[in-house]
Amino acid sequence: MKPLDSQKEYQEYVNKKSPNSPILKNCFNAFWVGGLICTIGQIILNICKSRGLSQDVSGTIVSIILIGISAFLTGLNVFNKIGKFAGAGSLVPITGFANSVVSPAMEYKSEGYIMGVGGKMFTVAGPVLVFGISASIIVGIIYLIFNTQAITLV
Amino acid sequence: MDWLQNIDWLQLLKCFVTGGAICVIGQILIDKTKLTPARILVLFVTTGVILGGLGIYQYIVDFAGAGATVPLTGFGYNLAKGAIKGVKEFGLIGAFTGGITASAGGIAAAVFFGYIASLISKPKMKKE
Repeated sequence: MKPLDSQKEYQEYVNKKSPNSPILKNCFNAFWVGGLICTIGQIILNICKSRGLSQDVSGTIVSIILIGISAFLTGLNVFNKIGKFAGAGSLVPITGFANSVVSPAMEYKSEGYIMGVGGKMFTVAGPVLVFGISASIIVGIIYLIFNTQAITLV
Repeated sequence: MDWLQNIDWLQLLKCFVTGGAICVIGQILIDKTKLTPARILVLFVTTGVILGGLGIYQYIVDFAGAGATVPLTGFGYNLAKGAIKGVKEFGLIGAFTGGITASAGGIAAAVFFGYIASLISKPKMKKE
């Protein structure tokens, strides 16, 4: 094999030898797993609404069911296998929020049930709640100040 | 097979495609920017709150249903919608109570099921 002298040639060589960037495959897996989770949510939503529950209550029931399922799947070590395969497909739906509560809690179980499990549950979910809730308060205050539909369009 | 005809396939398709597309955005962010999953979650929820506050997210929810509410942006949308509803009903105090009221079910479920699931879980083997 002849030596590779220039930087460019080396780069081409590396590109040829290294496997194709898996980003397309990752996106495809994220797409169908994420879509599937949302579709399951929609089916639960439709069942709730056909039983005569309101939109808000149905939405809450969907969240609770999906969070419950994914929390227990995480506890059984099933969810991280799905996560490895689907990436953002299981992380971005609300299932990822439940997963982010359970997995650090599991890891620190040896530190006890109060500070270990109870405290570490919020390692990832804490920031999510801090920023989400703070942002929602700001949105509410902005809405209060301008008190107009124009700012919200709806 | 009566129930098969009652299923709104178009609605499910919209939900599938939109939900999937939101996850693909997350996947691209993970692959291209090396953001940690925790930051992705924070980013998605905050984006959802902002888009919800601006009223843009409502259009996506109307289009896709659970395809827009199940992803974490929908959680943020729910917080913003609740805060605005709270302000409409109770004024300033509503900005503080509304958001969590709207998403209380999800948060409580995450805390409760999360704790129970952690208790029943077997400690993970490090060799995996």
